[in-house]
Amino acid sequence: MYDKIWESHVVREVPGEPGLIYIDRHLIHEGTSPQAFAGIEAAGRKVRRPDLTFAVMDHSVPTKNRELPILDDNARLQFEALARNCKNHGVHLFDMFSRNQGIVHIIGPELGITQPGLTIVCGDSHTSTHGAFGALAFGIGTSEVEHVLATECLQQDRSRTMLVRFSGKRPKGVSSKDLILALIGKIGISGGTGHVIEYAGDTIAALSMDARMTICNMSIEGGARAGMVAPDQTTFEYLEGRPFVPRGREFHLLVDQWMSLPSDFGAKFDKTVELDATQIAPQVTWGTNPGMVTSVTERVPDPNSFRDPDERKAAVRALEYMDLRPGTPIVDIPVDRVFIGSCTNSRLEDLRAVARVVRGKHVARTLKAALVVPGSRVVKAKAEAEGLDRILREAGFEWRDAGCSMCIGMNDDVLPPGERSASTSNRNFEGRQGKGSRTHLVSPIMAAAAAIAGHFVDVRELGVDVTE
Amino acid sequence: MQPISKHTGLVMPLDRVNVDTDQMVPKQFLKALTRQGFGRNLFYDWRYLPGEVPNPDFVLNFPRYRGASVLLARANFGCGSSREHAPWALLDYGFRVIIAPSFADIFYNNCFKNGILPITLPDAEMDELFRRAEAKEGYQLTADLPDQTIRDAQGLQFHFDIDDFRKTVLLQGLDDIGLTLKHQPEITAYEQRHHPQATLYEAVDFKQ
Ligand code: SF4
Repeated sequence: MYDKIWESHVVREVPGEPGLIYIDRHLIHEGTSPQAFAGIEAAGRKVRRPDLTFAVMDHSVPTKNRELPILDDNARLQFEALARNCKNHGVHLFDMFSRNQGIVHIIGPELGITQPGLTIVCGDSHTSTHGAFGALAFGIGTSEVEHVLATECLQQDRSRTMLVRFSGKRPKGVSSKDLILALIGKIGISGGTGHVIEYAGDTIAALSMDARMTICNMSIEGGARAGMVAPDQTTFEYLEGRPFVPRGREFHLLVDQWMSLPSDFGAKFDKTVELDATQIAPQVTWGTNPGMVTSVTERVPDPNSFRDPDERKAAVRALEYMDLRPGTPIVDIPVDRVFIGSCTNSRLEDLRAVARVVRGKHVARTLKAALVVPGSRVVKAKAEAEGLDRILREAGFEWRDAGCSMCIGMNDDVLPPGERSASTSNRNFEGRQGKGSRTHLVSPIMAAAAAIAGHFVDVRELGVDVTE
Repeated sequence: MQPISKHTGLVMPLDRVNVDTDQMVPKQFLKALTRQGFGRNLFYDWRYLPGEVPNPDFVLNFPRYRGASVLLARANFGCGSSREHAPWALLDYGFRVIIAPSFADIFYNNCFKNGILPITLPDAEMDELFRRAEAKEGYQLTADLPDQTIRDAQGLQFHFDIDDFRKTVLLQGLDDIGLTLKHQPEITAYEQRHHPQATLYEAVDFKQ
């Protein structure tokens, strides 16, 4: 599938030079674009295809009282720069007051900007999310953002390919987040470097689009720039009727094209990894990268159990940072705050699952805060129409406006030093959610269960509804 | 971009695996509008104690490594976020050459856009470099890009591989947008063949 999309986007390919490939959709946000616009302006260049470029404010937007003036001068200047750049260059902008605003990787699919067979880039590593639709989507640096603005193309070397096959029925209470964390635990955070991953197998085919996006989103945490899933009936049903998706006859013609995208039977991959989904339990990270992960039924590992000396050193350092003792059962780890959000897990399906777990219950008294931040304002509106916000509020959660929020802590939603979170986001790096903060990555229902209990628990033993 | 051909400089060893770009430039510094001035924030959380007091235990603050321009790192250097602020900070601090057993993809790419030479060497050679840099104060290395070697004053010499095209770009400090714009006719031809477009079929709330 990767090769098919690559070949249909080659503008120029000569031996000894990287290929020049055409970019169908360019997504931008306030954080990584100002220098790129400044660059093209300094060189007297123009945005080649503003009609294929979509901008959104997401990383630093406030998630409450958005109508109030923004006190953080730097953030405000960045928003103003983005608005000005979009206006000057004719680029579509979803500003923070748009009804369609949200995290860039949530709104692309939601609006149907993301479609199978397209090349999609964004100055953000989690652009891999869009691969769930059978698109080739990956993150780029700011210089490349500038390159795409000016040329609508990118210089790229062909990647190697990796097939990841999940087979078997996922046990109840095990979500797509657990599948991807288990994969990263297995291959390590650089296991996918230089590769584009294609996720396949009956486990993946049975997943909804929301769940597939969670998996592709975290491909980069396994080192792969892109992850993809072959488009199928689930994909087409999701897309039909979205604002940027053609209607009627045109749609059916497109679907015919999309059906030719999946890898041919017997296609060759440079690497293959197999996982048995029936053996995967809910996952919890214990360290400072997403590969430092284990099952909720396990204990914090002993650094001496790592054979590689560098890994051993990293584990010692991670446990010190996380203030954890080897051998502690995961379920004995208390949490201070719970964050449900981010481009990994803030879609409607995630919020519905959380609501099912917490309905009629209340977050633990020991908890300092529990935040639910919908991935987009459309998700927020739909959740409210279903009454999810009420269930969550009654259970003691704060219901916020859409944005990246505590995934990265660029607005006021910061995890204070020394505090421990159960977070549905994708990175548990040192200081990611705030300087000195300690992040444990989990699925939405595991985060919900931890909020109720005040410590990690196996959501399957909580006696709550974990069906999907 | 400043070209790089042969560079000799003081070596600083950073003995940690999987150093991510969040550590190189924490998020609070991503709200800038320019590429300049990131050097003082490089490795911010490791480098400073509360009140921006330099942390004496962090290698960057060791007096013997002041002025270093060659960075020794461990596997998977630059993983995580795509933020180009990371190479901007390294460059602004003064690093021109980074030597590691492996790099994360996006970071590796970003180095070339900024005139930083990332060199990949096998683990055994890395270990030797770390040993020498830690043993001898003032240890320097010369990276010779045309020759594809690194050398020290004691006669050590290692060869490294690098893609020919990327090598040329660094040697000449080429502007790759300028290069691509030379192929405008091919881009236009592609657009005429494929009609890439994003048509809206239903009103959404955006500004144009
Ligand atoms: S939610 Fe987090 S990971 Fe996703 S785009 Fe925002 S900051 Fe990046």
